[in-house]
Amino acid sequence: MIEVRDITKSFDDKTVLHGVSARFETGKTNLIIGQSGSGKTVLIKSIVGLLKPDSGEILYDGRDLMQMNPEQTQALRKEIGMLFQGSALFDSETVLGNVMFPLIMFSDMTREEMLDRAHFCLERVNLKGADKKYPSEISGGMQKRVAIARAIALNPKYLFCDEPNSGLDPRTSILIDELLSDITHEYNITTIINTHDMNSVIGIGENIVFINKGHREWVGDKEEIFHTANEALNDFVFATDLFQKVKEYIVNNAHPAK
Amino acid sequence: MLTRAIANFGKYCQFMGRVFTLPERWRVFGNRTVFEINKLGIDSIPLVIVISLFIGAVITIQMKLNTTSPLIPSYSVGLATRDIVLLEFSNSILCLILAGKVGSNIASEIGTMRVTEQIDALEIMGVNSARYLVLPKMIGFILFMPVLVAFCIGTSFFGGFLVAVFTDLISVSKFTYGIQAFFNEWYVWYGFIKSLFFAFVICSVSAFCGYYVKGGALEVGKASTNAVVTSSIMILLLDVILTKLLLQ
Repeated sequence: MIEVRDITKSFDDKTVLHGVSARFETGKTNLIIGQSGSGKTVLIKSIVGLLKPDSGEILYDGRDLMQMNPEQTQALRKEIGMLFQGSALFDSETVLGNVMFPLIMFSDMTREEMLDRAHFCLERVNLKGADKKYPSEISGGMQKRVAIARAIALNPKYLFCDEPNSGLDPRTSILIDELLSDITHEYNITTIINTHDMNSVIGIGENIVFINKGHREWVGDKEEIFHTANEALNDFVFATDLFQKVKEYIVNNAHPAK
Repeated sequence: MLTRAIANFGKYCQFMGRVFTLPERWRVFGNRTVFEINKLGIDSIPLVIVISLFIGAVITIQMKLNTTSPLIPSYSVGLATRDIVLLEFSNSILCLILAGKVGSNIASEIGTMRVTEQIDALEIMGVNSARYLVLPKMIGFILFMPVLVAFCIGTSFFGGFLVAVFTDLISVSKFTYGIQAFFNEWYVWYGFIKSLFFAFVICSVSAFCGYYVKGGALEVGKASTNAVVTSSIMILLLDVILTKLLLQ
């Protein structure tokens, strides 16, 4: 479990996060949602340690990231996998090279064992036969899947995803969501997904944290979100006619989201 | 402006502190260093050869055309060509040219990795990105720099030799005599030593410019330009200091 307590982060004079607190459960897909510019990317980058919060605590199963020395932070990072918005695959490496990278750097496996593990991870994300291609030669959806395979190569305890569906078509987005959800449950990891894709919220949101103007505004799950009275959350989630109608249908039929 | 320069220098020192740490995997480091020698060093050989050949020829022609006094022996054309090449062209001028090729390459590569979050990805994995990306480039380029200098010296002399062969400005025997006359071995070492410092400047300054890029493609372009300009100024400044220290 990851817990953040009273996180505040400012850039120059602008405070982006105002004392945000939240709990992200193990074995669940935890979603951070909010409008663009609400502070969710700053929150996720603070949690992984790419940004240093001005104050607050970030607890990884009780271990405070803010109190760790560089060696402890380094060790913690080996338990973390991250999927970036733009996939962040290494251009100079092939698909297989990208997935093998963390294994080469941090495992004591033989080359054969690394190859087996990398192929296993690629198969797990339904990518076969793309081993020798370079990131520039594959589609955006495939790049995301390679990035997921790389993120899970070292069996992480914590998986972070920054807008995994950005730039993908709806069908591919659903596949990526399902993949992340399956991996979370299969390996019992703490997954935090930063998104403003409402299909993801309704599809895989087991624990949802809504950030609005740098404040934690609401916490709940994909069923509770249909019955919330929070005005800012309603404005954000049910902004389109389609989602408005979905909400009306579910509320009128007292029907939980599937 | 001065405050910003001091702050940047401090940041540069911290960056170098992160670069100069022991690699986690020596084998990975070795492979990457060989890769960088190939990319930054061997790939620069054609450029070095072309430039050196022509500049060597031009220096020879200029020397001959500007030393018309009968009191100056004709072999002095070869002698002057040799000393210009050994003292300045094969190290300082060559490195200014390489700052354009290698420096912009390093800055744009690392800058692009920064803006596409590849450096963040390395950090998240627990890799010291500064060391992983920069140290192999630095070691590879510094190790290969004497080879480039040697190529430059040899090709420049060959350029001058071709002038002697194909024109009637100077005879081949006078030119080759001048190349060998009053030879001071220290000039060769002086050139090699200077080039090692310049190679360090090109790599470290360019990597620093690329590593701290913020923004997008436009900023990567600016970082690349900054890398070349700053490296060039630093090379010229260091040239004065090293010349004073090594030749006096």
